[in-house]
Amino acid sequence: MSALLAVEDVLVRFGGVTALAGVSFSLGKGELLGLIGPNGAGKTTLLHTVIGVVTPTKGRVLVGGRDVTRLSTDARARLGLALTHQIVRPFRGMSVLDNVTLAAGFAKTTHLLRALTSVSRTAERARARELLALVGIADYADAAPAVLPLGALKRLEVARALAISPEVLLLDEPLAGLNSVEATRLAATLADLNASGITMILIEHNLAKVAEICPRLVVLDNGRKIADGSTAAVLADAAVIAAYMGKDASGRDPSHAEASHAAG
Amino acid sequence: MIGAYEITLVAVVSINLMLALGLNLITGFCGQVSLGHAAFFGTGAYAAALVAGGLPLPAVLLVAGLFACALGLLVGVASLRVREDFLAITTMGVGFVFVGVVRKQGFLGAEMGLTDIPDHGLGDLGFVGLCLALVALMALLTWHIKRSWMGFGFAAVADDERTARTLGINAAAYKLAAFVIGTFLAGVAGAVYAYFTRFIIPGAFGFTVSISILTMVIVGGVGSIWGVVVAAVLLTLLPEFSRVINDYKLLLYGALIVLTMRFAPGGLAGVVAAVKARVRPGGGP
Repeated sequence: MSALLAVEDVLVRFGGVTALAGVSFSLGKGELLGLIGPNGAGKTTLLHTVIGVVTPTKGRVLVGGRDVTRLSTDARARLGLALTHQIVRPFRGMSVLDNVTLAAGFAKTTHLLRALTSVSRTAERARARELLALVGIADYADAAPAVLPLGALKRLEVARALAISPEVLLLDEPLAGLNSVEATRLAATLADLNASGITMILIEHNLAKVAEICPRLVVLDNGRKIADGSTAAVLADAAVIAAYMGKDASGRDPSHAEASHAAG
Repeated sequence: MIGAYEITLVAVVSINLMLALGLNLITGFCGQVSLGHAAFFGTGAYAAALVAGGLPLPAVLLVAGLFACALGLLVGVASLRVREDFLAITTMGVGFVFVGVVRKQGFLGAEMGLTDIPDHGLGDLGFVGLCLALVALMALLTWHIKRSWMGFGFAAVADDERTARTLGINAAAYKLAAFVIGTFLAGVAGAVYAYFTRFIIPGAFGFTVSISILTMVIVGGVGSIWGVVVAAVLLTLLPEFSRVINDYKLLLYGALIVLTMRFAPGGLAGVVAAVKARVRPGGGP
């Protein structure tokens, strides 16, 4: 069985700093993988390497068995990878609806000639409204991103990424900045989407939330993968507990609230 | 009947309008600041001057546009490798290189330029009609592009190139498309200029021309077609009607750029939109 997404021995250096020191993992179709680790562990860099914003010094990224390491970000997006940004990046010159409409028109924007000859946005707008409703920000459709609270911008990121109908959704802390009601609701939405067939990687600091919706976890620490397996097994792993809690705390149950607090 | 003076006014305004509409597409729609638009204008003018003797007018316009956009494609490809803020410097360099190279080419007439460019054969009224028709066509074309999905993609690239890429938009292709279309329009404007003056010299395509066109785009409101049209007409006619303004033209343009950037970054279009929003009943809190 070939994995939908595979990362092989990826090494990323920024100047003298090693952000990722040979990380490998693979992801099967339909999985919902939680990517966790302390701040600065390299989680965001790993997602950026998968989408192609960061080019690895060494190693490969494969999508459906095909080496995409040399492919541009936009080509990877067209292969079905979508990313939500931890630090939100809405198009500030467009309305919330247009942000998602643009993404929903990926079939038109892919080919320049088709883009030049297509004017109607009706179908894409309808799709965008559905997605805004799905993530719960339909009321903001006509607003400018500048007036939205952070929680709504986070959900805009998710709606926009979903609009390109991705096979793999890379979510960089989509729940951070949301209140607990919003977070619970969006987490449930993500779980539903996963159940409908979208494969996901979720970076999240709130361990309780991760444990709730992710059956499998990969843990990074200092640019290295220190654990990979079922959520229960990983959260009981001594190395993981040490990375999160410091050496003294090994032996305590990391899945309760204090662990998530310490991680945030 | 219209006299020679009116024909001159229509021709000069039309040529500037074509240049401004093309630059608005590159800088306004797609966010690529170009300080070398005159190089593509000049390429079109020289290409037209060289082939005007052997080809019918529509073919000359086409050839001029194609030569200009070939250079545009070249500059575009080269500029994909420079960081956004260096694109302005690169294109400015292209402008200087263009004038410098043309000055040394014997077959382009060197410093003396090319003379005896054939008559367009349309008559005065016909030429005025051609100018106005071309401006109308180009305004329509850019209007269509703005509302098409290509314009939507341009806006995304101008707003945040990296994010546009993550949504499957090939930012490089979009930037090249903007360069190719915008410089094609500049090439056609060059051909009209060659037919109009019937002799061209390298100095007519210098840096001040690039800056003048950019001023029209900025003052009109980057990306706004009607704003740029109004600004191009006003900024072309003012120096024609006032001797004082003509003497201090560059000073005026420079001051306008600074004032627009500082107080009304949206240009005329931005000011009008702000006033409309304030006047509209129920628009305020």
